[in-house]
Amino acid sequence: MNKRPVKERIKDFEEVALGFSKEEAIAEAKRCLQCKKPLCINGCPVQINIPKFIKEIAESKFSDAIKTLKETNSLPGICGRVCPQESQCEMFCILGKKGKPIDIGTLERFASDWEIQSQKSKVKSQKLETQKPIKMAVVGSGPAGLTCAGELAKMGYEVTIFESLHKPGGVLRYGIPEFRMPRDVLDREIQYVKDLGVQIRCDVLIGRTYTVDELFEQGYKAIFIGSGAGYPQFLNIEGENANGVYSANEFLTRANLMKAHDKNYHTPIKIGKRVGVIGGGNVAMDAARVALRLGAEEVYLIYRRTEKEMPAREEEKENAKEEGIQFKILTQPIKIKTDVQGWVKELECLQMELGEPDESGRRRPVPIEGSNFSIPLDTIVIAIGQTPNPLIPSYTPNLKTEKKGTIVIDENGATSIEGVFAGGDIVTGAATVIEAMGAGRKAAKAMDEYVRNKVKR
Amino acid sequence: MKPNQILNKKELAPSIKLFDIYAPDIAKKCLPGNFIIFRLHEYGERIPLTINDWDRQKGTIRIIVQEIGRATKELGNMNIGDVILNLMGPLGKSSEIDRFGKVVCIGGGVGTAVIYPIAKALKEKGNEIIGIIGAKTKELVILEDEMRKISSKCYITTDDGSYGKKGFVTDALNEIISSQKIDRVIAIGPIMMMKKISEITKLHSIPTIVSLNPIMIDGTGMCGGCRVRIGNQTKFACVDGPEFDAHKVDFDELLHRNNRFAEEEKDSCKLLNQGGKDE
Ligand SMILES: Cc1cc2nc3c(=O)[nH]c(=O)nc-3n(C[C@H](O)[C@H](O)[C@H](O)COP(=O)(O)OP(=O)(O)OC[C@H]3O[C@@H](n4cnc5c(N)ncnc54)[C@H](O)[C@@H]3O)c2cc1C
Ligand code: SF4
Ligand code: FES
Repeated sequence: MNKRPVKERIKDFEEVALGFSKEEAIAEAKRCLQCKKPLCINGCPVQINIPKFIKEIAESKFSDAIKTLKETNSLPGICGRVCPQESQCEMFCILGKKGKPIDIGTLERFASDWEIQSQKSKVKSQKLETQKPIKMAVVGSGPAGLTCAGELAKMGYEVTIFESLHKPGGVLRYGIPEFRMPRDVLDREIQYVKDLGVQIRCDVLIGRTYTVDELFEQGYKAIFIGSGAGYPQFLNIEGENANGVYSANEFLTRANLMKAHDKNYHTPIKIGKRVGVIGGGNVAMDAARVALRLGAEEVYLIYRRTEKEMPAREEEKENAKEEGIQFKILTQPIKIKTDVQGWVKELECLQMELGEPDESGRRRPVPIEGSNFSIPLDTIVIAIGQTPNPLIPSYTPNLKTEKKGTIVIDENGATSIEGVFAGGDIVTGAATVIEAMGAGRKAAKAMDEYVRNKVKR
Repeated sequence: MKPNQILNKKELAPSIKLFDIYAPDIAKKCLPGNFIIFRLHEYGERIPLTINDWDRQKGTIRIIVQEIGRATKELGNMNIGDVILNLMGPLGKSSEIDRFGKVVCIGGGVGTAVIYPIAKALKEKGNEIIGIIGAKTKELVILEDEMRKISSKCYITTDDGSYGKKGFVTDALNEIISSQKIDRVIAIGPIMMMKKISEITKLHSIPTIVSLNPIMIDGTGMCGGCRVRIGNQTKFACVDGPEFDAHKVDFDELLHRNNRFAEEEKDSCKLLNQGGKDE
């Protein structure tokens, strides 16, 4: 896939990946063998008819391709960009056995971008006429909520999304940076959901502004909770509250949602010359690459296992390395040292080595005794994971959760409260965009069934 | 009436303004100690402000804002009829309102606007309230009549002696403590003031509550920017607070943390309830 040159791209927040030209897309699509039993579909959590949309691209029937995609995926422009294809559809592609699998993600992205660019032939999304408007509520406007809402609207329901932040999109808005997910793409995909008739109400914190019970009182017949896993984890080491230590959520929210990198925006972000990002997932890669673009001279990615174990998408690891992010692997932070004003000075770490495999099958990192060393740093970003935000459960008695705070659901997405469904990161813990979408879709079906059976007179 | 519309505006003191805002959903539910987060325009910051009062029938909430940084100045320049772009709430845990007995309620600067709804609720619950209002100078004393109405006695101190007693709220507190048994102290104002009060009441073992004003963004527990150290635990002030047991608060850490963006000429999005300069 085409990318902008490193030198140029690290200076701004414009998109790094350039996607395919029409010719490239057709050529790539023509490589597809059109398997009788396409394995790639099994790898896609929302079961896109992959060979069909690829064939349509190969035949230059782009508007058919986008139609095929949107049958099961209302946000193809997003998925094409952020799905971990190497462990999903592309992993199963038969061509990958011997050579390169079809670049399914970039083709998906191509179809969506084509739709955006060619207004004329845009697949019309229309408000559906509801005979008997039945109100459905969706909490959270991340991929899970947007998908669930879109599906319900297509079925003819009157859907309202409640979002606590001032803009919709969830992690796609506040977490994933623009250079990976341009905001006009996101805005388009949200517009599509709105065009289906979904109302989005921002600045409403469910649990506080309205409780779940109050939503029922307002006439919503079923409720979907897709509030995500937005609760930042910390290391619990000394000095963690020092000035210059951010959670990845704070750092990325300042940069992405509040656009602190843009001089016209008032929200500040402060970054030193030497930045250490702790973690090895997509969040850590994003934070490191944002730090670089904000002007950091040296950016370290500090991870306690090895590169192989890093859960980030391959493409993001590669991009980060290309851009000059320095990977400090087998490194465990133990203490943050500060100056008298409380600012970060250095990060004390232990060198690790790989020991016996743990329950997850990955070799467990164990500290090497006496290997303490310090990295001088001005800014530290902690990106070691997020857990579900406990706010909704804590204001919703009877909503069953697991120890880690995830909401308990049955195979249909139903929670312990009748009429309340849930999906996405709030159920699985931090996972992926496409899984959240899959959950939203599934819950929409179950909500429809529930309302038909129980509520419709 | 549109949601988030300003229905009333009053200047209480130079650069301290009161607004009544039509926000029926928030007015219906808010309790003493809750706050809102506002944002005025596309480029604006998200800023927390404590809800000073409310009228559930009319659907209005009252906020009192001191113009400190860019966003609060911009809010101060808004007028009756204007609509605030984003307004979210009510946020934060509400104050513990119980029968404690004799409660000293201390407001420093705009902190008085924050303490007032709490003091009022405590009074309605049957507590005796002794009020202390502290300000730099006479014209910065706010809500005096309101506080007097609910207090058995209300002390006023000004740094320059232009009104009430010359001195600090701590002087008044020491005077009160020396002559009677106090069951609880609630202090809201600049961090240094809360720290000093906490030191005094700790000596006398009087349970003390303070309301903290760390820098915030979302106000929902998502960013962790508002974290404060309480005892040996890290808490998120927006969801676990903003009120905490004063004797457990690490005030020095909060002083440092609130200076995080002091150099940037931008408004730090602190819970702007405290008046006085901590910087
Ligand atoms: C920086 C970062 C990078 C990532 N990169 C990738 C990637 O490359 N590929 C990938 O597949 N996945 C990635 N992920 C993970 C992916 O973004 C999440 O799995 C996905 O967004 C989860 O979707 P969701 O709808 O469940 O929740 P979210 O996207 O978290 O959305 C939840 C929404 O609910 C709102 N909300 C929460 N509580 C309330 C409430 N009480 N009332 C109202 N609204 C509420 C929140 O404000 C938020 O907008 C990344 C995550 C992060 C943080
Ligand atoms: S949605 Fe994700 S998994 Fe499915 S085809 Fe697209 S890139 Fe592959
Ligand atoms: S303001 Fe973000 S967690 Fe409290």
